Amino acid sequence: MDTIIAFVKQPLVMEVLITLVKIGFIFGLTIGFFAPMLAWVERKQSAVMQDRVGANRAGVFGITVIGLLHSLADAIKLIFKEDFIPRGAERGLHTLAPALAVIPALVVFAVIPFGGQYTLWGHDVSLVIADLDVGILYVFAISSLATYGVVIAGWSSNNNWSLLGGLRASAQMFSYEVTMGLTIIGLIMYYQSLSLVDIVAKQENFWHWGIVWHFPAFVLFLACAVAENKRVPFDAPEAESELVAGYFTEYSGMKFVMFWTAEFIEMVSISGMCVALFFGGHHIPFLTQDFLLNALGDVFGPNWGGVIVMLIGIGVFITKLVILLVLQMTIRWTMPRFRYDQIMKLGWKMILPLSLCWIFLVGVGILTGVMPTP
Amino acid sequence: MGVDELAQNEKPTEEVTPGEVAALSDSVIITQLSKLVSWGRQYSFFLYPFITACCGMEFMSVAGPRYDIDRFGAALPRFSPRQADLLMVVGTISHKQAPILVKIYNQMAEPKWVFAYGSCTVSGGMYNNYATVQGIDTLVPVDVYVPGCPPRPEMVLDGLIMLQEKVAREPEINMTRGVSPLGEADDRKIIA
Repeated sequence: MDTIIAFVKQPLVMEVLITLVKIGFIFGLTIGFFAPMLAWVERKQSAVMQDRVGANRAGVFGITVIGLLHSLADAIKLIFKEDFIPRGAERGLHTLAPALAVIPALVVFAVIPFGGQYTLWGHDVSLVIADLDVGILYVFAISSLATYGVVIAGWSSNNNWSLLGGLRASAQMFSYEVTMGLTIIGLIMYYQSLSLVDIVAKQENFWHWGIVWHFPAFVLFLACAVAENKRVPFDAPEAESELVAGYFTEYSGMKFVMFWTAEFIEMVSISGMCVALFFGGHHIPFLTQDFLLNALGDVFGPNWGGVIVMLIGIGVFITKLVILLVLQMTIRWTMPRFRYDQIMKLGWKMILPLSLCWIFLVGVGILTGVMPTP
Repeated sequence: MGVDELAQNEKPTEEVTPGEVAALSDSVIITQLSKLVSWGRQYSFFLYPFITACCGMEFMSVAGPRYDIDRFGAALPRFSPRQADLLMVVGTISHKQAPILVKIYNQMAEPKWVFAYGSCTVSGGMYNNYATVQGIDTLVPVDVYVPGCPPRPEMVLDGLIMLQEKVAREPEINMTRGVSPLGEADDRKIIA
């Protein structure tokens, strides 16, 4: 027993353990909590917005929990649904594609900070899985990998609709990748950093939050991110009225739902990026972390005070995340689908020039001192 | 070892007594897999709306705010037959339309159910002529018949609840419906 404790107390082992706990937390938060909850929220919010009651019948012993169990019923049914591979399909790739869609959406979370840095019992705990210097570039690199899952799904199904959906998805995702990168160049100039941890740390003062000085960039970034995620109003790759079900026409059961899970997780990671870039991460407006640490440290001691501050930080982060998720859901249930050429025009002819203009304006603002950098 | 012997060996030799169930109920949740799966399927019908005629208007009202079929967990339309569970045949099926219906049915992934919505699908309705299929059960197996021209939304919801009860009673979770006898064997395209 003593040897185990001594082994665990080695700094390197401790580091690995802390990282594993963080990875477990992120997994639980995204796949375990947000993916099924968003399936429910999507249903219930649409019901509320359309003046309906929404799913409320599935119950265990009469307990229905306002329709939450419908997500469980869906999952059970889909697991026991026939797993279908069409004749002439590329079997290996057809099976691999859903995984290729889910993994990039999850891996993006590695660099999104969901809290600050804390010193607990002599260990430095930083609430981000990997503090990369090039965090933003990493996010863009990984999110463009998500295109492969979609394109391979479309190609390997041996179905014309799937192929068309895959082609549309690839064109749309690559276009918006470019524009999305340009929308936040102004932000990078403002914070002088590519590391998301740095950017969040610089937003401790409310007047340095991204949203205060960069509201146009936020609107453009959110539009690009929703388009990149292929959700309504940008769901041309799976347009039901034109392409049956788009790139996942030939998928049934759990494999088909993995594409949905990927969409939901990507929604969470988009919100996470927005919180980190524009909404000050885990910071509470007009309240610094040091103030909280001192106030709570006096009452509970430095270690337990630190733990409480950490939990408050995570809570604040998740609250902001949820607000942005509800915003995305509201967009999804408000807008009709754009035509395919409108999507392309919006990306290349409107958002791209606007983001270039914004970069110019931010440059002028920083040079002339109108926009005080943190 | 013969097949009969195998079957005998697989039979449970001991029944679980009620006392044992009571003793276990504090620590474990006891359920049968088939019951769990049936429960999931009952409350999670993904519809394939095969809408050809005027009953479609009534179908919209069933899905709309006043009657809200989503309350029963059957709101989500999937336009790919691979992802749908319940084939909603809504409206008159002409003989020209019949092969398409059969093809869609054969393309659906197991398990699948069929809902005959309106008099035309039940029996051909008032279209007793050379052009109309006299009831879709001449083409595909039907689980629920809801007559009416068009049926009232309450009738449709009643039919859906009956279908849920039918699914709950289903003895086997892997009961396959197979292909329609009228379809071409090629429609199914199974290799998995």
